[in-house]
Amino acid sequence: MDKNMKAKPRIGDKAAKAVIWTAALLVIAVLVCIILYVLAKGLPVISWSFLTEVPRNMGREGGVASTIVSTLLVTFTAIVIATPLGIGTAFYLAEYTKEGIITRIIRFSAESLAGIPSIVYGLFGFVFFVEILGMGWSVLSGGLTLAIMILPTVIRTSEEAIITVPKSYREVSFSLGGTKWQTIFRAVFPSAIRGITNGVILSVGRCVAETAAVYLTLGSTLRMPTSLFSPGRSMAVHFYLLASEDISMENAYGTAALLIILIFLINVVANTAVNRMIAKNAKR
Amino acid sequence: MNKISIERLNFFYKDKQVIRDLSLEIEANKILSVFGPSNSGITTFLRSLNRLYDLVPEARMEGLILLDGKDIHAKDVSLTELRRRVGMVFDVPTPLPLSIFDNVAYGPRLGGVKSRAKLMETVEEALRMAALWDEVQNRLDIPAMSLSGGQQQRLCVARVLALKPEVVLLDRPCSGLDPISTAKIEESLCELKKRFTIVIAPHNVQQAGRISDRAAFMLSGELVEEDSAQMIFSNPKNSRTNDYITGRFG
Repeated sequence: MDKNMKAKPRIGDKAAKAVIWTAALLVIAVLVCIILYVLAKGLPVISWSFLTEVPRNMGREGGVASTIVSTLLVTFTAIVIATPLGIGTAFYLAEYTKEGIITRIIRFSAESLAGIPSIVYGLFGFVFFVEILGMGWSVLSGGLTLAIMILPTVIRTSEEAIITVPKSYREVSFSLGGTKWQTIFRAVFPSAIRGITNGVILSVGRCVAETAAVYLTLGSTLRMPTSLFSPGRSMAVHFYLLASEDISMENAYGTAALLIILIFLINVVANTAVNRMIAKNAKR
Repeated sequence: MNKISIERLNFFYKDKQVIRDLSLEIEANKILSVFGPSNSGITTFLRSLNRLYDLVPEARMEGLILLDGKDIHAKDVSLTELRRRVGMVFDVPTPLPLSIFDNVAYGPRLGGVKSRAKLMETVEEALRMAALWDEVQNRLDIPAMSLSGGQQQRLCVARVLALKPEVVLLDRPCSGLDPISTAKIEESLCELKKRFTIVIAPHNVQQAGRISDRAAFMLSGELVEEDSAQMIFSNPKNSRTNDYITGRFG
């Protein structure tokens, strides 16, 4: 009996370990293969002129400068709009209301919105911003559409981060004579900032990579955007059009590789910035 | 005049009554121990004195609590002002995820103090009173979380003292601490009563005996008796008090 008790979990343990390792390795292997393949095909295309020149001849020649600018502009617009709204909503849900019908409606809407395919957002953006509000294909239309698309993610990750801040922080702050706002701003927010920024960074990645919603609202012109009201073409859309219309597979891979690098860079920069900020805060 | 007068305090969470008909006078510049087995309503009692239970939506209070003769539930009483006058230390150390300095300066900053020199002065004074200054004076900018449990709790005491309160409530402040840290906190409390009125829920009868001037025994939400510590611990009038302090139950 003694033997059995010892032997059984060991075999189970080993099997479980093997399964878990295989699963993890498989996932990583697939990811690495895709990234390596795209980089291998795309990196040789990337050069200084590819980065700095506007596409010519439908994208067969020239670079992708205008699509980089369009992508960054539309992403920036979306984040600037969605972040304060999302964090505000999250604080409202987590700190200012009791559980009730209103919070349930907001949460249910946010969860439903998170599950809608992005092309539906694109269609809505096209009908509402582009047509009805007459903004046309523009950075603003695209940014607003993307903002609505990422709002649920920002709200949910922020709320999650706020809820996990220990109750004792709030009690301490109140017991030291803090008002509700002071408590949220000085005790809760700094502790939740890591989780909140994680959600925002995730959203930046989705904006940069989004194709369908942006295609319908930002447009697909290759000209360099000059203002919030200019149309443009994001890198993902550029890549899609180059590949699907068989214009230039070579440049498509170049754009794709650049897209991967850009997302990687944004993640690194954002994470470093947050870490610095937190370190600085802890010291101050 | 007594610092705090409590008249017929009744306290409920939803339908459950946790304090029954409690009346008590708290003298200024004394240490009052409110002791008893757990679930006697002691934490609730302490939290009613600075209205921290306001955070709990299901809580309901009846009765009168006067601070310097003024009803703390009166409409013109500012809640933040009340909590600055009646500071509180919790049963587990609760440093905020900030530096030592920022933790102690948290209260004064909420009150609008901005000058670094002024804050520094307050922080040093508070840390000295809490007997922590010597151990941390050279590293005020390290995270408070990196201190030991005993140091963290003294930091929490300092954080309350930095508010320059009139009353300090301590809810089993030594429950998770080693004997040396406990001794340090007790020592500083005996110093502090010269300047503050102290109400403490001690973590055992022995501690109550060591530090109190007055002692109150609570059982199932009732105040069984309150008297000078000497009387309570040597010659209690009520047999239940006697049974508890001699260890027959609890």
